Amino acid sequence: MNQPREQEVPPRLALAHISKSFPGVKANDDISLSVRPGEIHALLGENGAGKSTLVKIIYGVQQADEGTISWNGSPVSIPSPKAARRLGIGMVFQHFSLFDAMTVIENIALGLDEAVDREALKGQVAAILQSYSLPLDPEREVHTLSVGERQRIEIVRCLLQKPKLLIMDEPTSVLTPQEVERLFATLRQIAAEGCSILYISHKLSEIKALCDSATILRGGRVVATCDPKVETTRRMAELMIGAELRRIEHGRASGAGAVRLAVSGLSLPGAPPFGTDLREIAFEARAGEILGIAGVAGNGQAELLTALSGERPATAPDAIRLDGKPIGLEGAGARRTLGLSCVPEERNGHAAVPDFSLAENGILTARHRLPLAPHGIISRGAVRRFADGVIKLFDVRTTGSAAPARSLSGGNLQKFIMGREIGQQPAVLVVSQPTWGVDAGAAAAIRQELVDLAAKGSAVVVISQDLDELLELADRLCVINEGRLSTPRPVASLGIDEIGLMMGGIHGAGEQAEAAHA
Amino acid sequence: MTTAMLVSILMTLIAASTPLLLAALGELVAEKAGVLNLGVEGMMLCGAVAGFAVAFSSGSTALGLVAALLAGVAAAMIFAVLALSLGANQVATGLALTIFGIGASSLIGAGFVGRTVQRLGPVFPAALSEHPVLRVVFGQDILVYLSLALVAGVAYVLRRTRAGLILRAVGENDASAHAIGYPVIAIRYAAVAFGGALAGLGGAYFSLALTPMWADRLTAGRGWIALALVVFSAWKPGRLLLGAYLFGAVMTLELQAKAAGVAWLAPEVLAMAPYLATIAVLTMMSLGRKTGRLDAPACLGKPFSAS
Repeated sequence: MNQPREQEVPPRLALAHISKSFPGVKANDDISLSVRPGEIHALLGENGAGKSTLVKIIYGVQQADEGTISWNGSPVSIPSPKAARRLGIGMVFQHFSLFDAMTVIENIALGLDEAVDREALKGQVAAILQSYSLPLDPEREVHTLSVGERQRIEIVRCLLQKPKLLIMDEPTSVLTPQEVERLFATLRQIAAEGCSILYISHKLSEIKALCDSATILRGGRVVATCDPKVETTRRMAELMIGAELRRIEHGRASGAGAVRLAVSGLSLPGAPPFGTDLREIAFEARAGEILGIAGVAGNGQAELLTALSGERPATAPDAIRLDGKPIGLEGAGARRTLGLSCVPEERNGHAAVPDFSLAENGILTARHRLPLAPHGIISRGAVRRFADGVIKLFDVRTTGSAAPARSLSGGNLQKFIMGREIGQQPAVLVVSQPTWGVDAGAAAAIRQELVDLAAKGSAVVVISQDLDELLELADRLCVINEGRLSTPRPVASLGIDEIGLMMGGIHGAGEQAEAAHA
Repeated sequence: MTTAMLVSILMTLIAASTPLLLAALGELVAEKAGVLNLGVEGMMLCGAVAGFAVAFSSGSTALGLVAALLAGVAAAMIFAVLALSLGANQVATGLALTIFGIGASSLIGAGFVGRTVQRLGPVFPAALSEHPVLRVVFGQDILVYLSLALVAGVAYVLRRTRAGLILRAVGENDASAHAIGYPVIAIRYAAVAFGGALAGLGGAYFSLALTPMWADRLTAGRGWIALALVVFSAWKPGRLLLGAYLFGAVMTLELQAKAAGVAWLAPEVLAMAPYLATIAVLTMMSLGRKTGRLDAPACLGKPFSAS
């Protein structure tokens, strides 16, 4: 890097003294930062630190109350996302702006500002998919795609516009290590071509690996600007949460308790037209242990979770046993009553009803094991106490238990949902992507709660695409691939390379299959 | 059955179907943009009375059609301001619009009851339009041809053009469309206005083409059938055409049975037929859904406010 010369070039994007208030909260308070051409700049901060608001201001979704934005040295106003795109700003959202009932290619076309001939667009998309090795069928409808696949649409949508500044909001949360590497190679290539990247992530190791500089936000203010390649991840995390980071403590016996959840010969056809068939799934989860299930998105994770939760009953009663009791044909409510709790990946709409208050969302699952609605009459006091307790214990940032679920950020809602389930002391907790989109401080807290739950004698099953998380949490690990589950192996006997290779090999096979379709 | 009878039945069928098709097509576009406007009946009545009043006063049926279209749009704008700009509940606002339309048309039409205007005539010259057989094809008025052309046009725009893609996007996920940068409210205004224009024309079909004589509550609940047709069509213009003509056929049956004097069936039962068919079709549609995934636009009826 040539420091003196860079000083002469005006920054691609410079924010000066940006402030933005909402009723009751100052989301951004006097924020200044600048991004040089070709720089990969990290924006770090906890939930509610003001990252989303800042990014929305840059992308023209919201307007700053005060402060100026400069683009290549001259002040600009960005009244709309369209104006942002005209300047050359592209954004990959954390909450995807996708249309479920439409195809991938239609979704991509909607993200473009001028009409592009359908065939020409198909060609461009195919070229991008190939050069960045992103497996994606342009003709599929979005509601049939996994979260990982949906994100690829957003990435392709941005790359098509050849942006000068690319904003990436938590882009790697659902990718495998191999895909992350490939994405990073892509991002580095884009940056080398002169495009700046504003990279928002809670994964500090990724920021260290990728970014040239970092701005850390806390409570709406800039608390530090640093070089992530020099700074330790621990120090950055502490700057971000403003306190010392808790380490996960594994203070328990080596998970050799009684079998709590036993699954054998679980086969279920996937929901047409694109569901994955579950084939002969078999595993045991013991008291005191955390079983990790790794795998690339769309390999049967969602189907496995719905089969375990009881949303789709198994074909035989003893396909699933809870503490020895066959529950394969029981529904979700009966399974919860018996002590099997599940947390699905999709928070809004699956784990929680977006328009219900947190207290009401608490009733929905906790009523089975806690006396929140005795004889079918809701006990409002008990419900509020339960919800308030969860909010306090899990540090959920919200205005209170009357706040609707959708008013919470993804990470905060996840904390509430995890707290709701853990608060019921289930015999077995199955959780999918427990910390997806959750910042480092909250993720550590959630993981600690999972460890503590296991230590108290529950069995915990974690389905995740985040290998680091699984290696940190799990006692034993298996991989799900095209609806089949590998034999669980103790984590101590596995290296990340070995698992990565297993998933990578699987992934390669999937790609070939998609190529054959096309 | 003689050819003459068949031709006569087909003529009646087309005439009965056209106002349904117009009104339902307009509502389909509004619903595709995510707006549930239950005020179709009211907008039709506004169009019917405005069309009649202007045609009566000016002596020009063409001016009457223009007035009907504008009256439909005006009524739709009342709905749009309340439901889109002010975020009022769409169902309640739509129902209110229907009640308003019934009242307004009665008030304005009070002086016209029993008066007649020049009927909307066929487009083609008499040699074609009065041919004993070919008049089925060439003997129709402008609104019949317009309604058919609009079905093709709307289908093409929705499926093949960028404007249609954006319209559907707004109806599928208003928040995402807003995030990408599309003016959700403005697009919905346009869709509602289009719906109002077609409902107005559909209403004018009653007062200027079917029975060129004013009577109170002339549209007789056809706006509700148009609403049901949109659901029946699963929001597809091609199926809407099919549905409108199917309902037209049911209504023709009613007229024919009355004309033939079917003694064993009370005329009231026959008059019920289209509405019973509506209920039956909607029930079958609900039962027929295997996937459980509705075909309705995901944001149908939900208010949107940019925040």
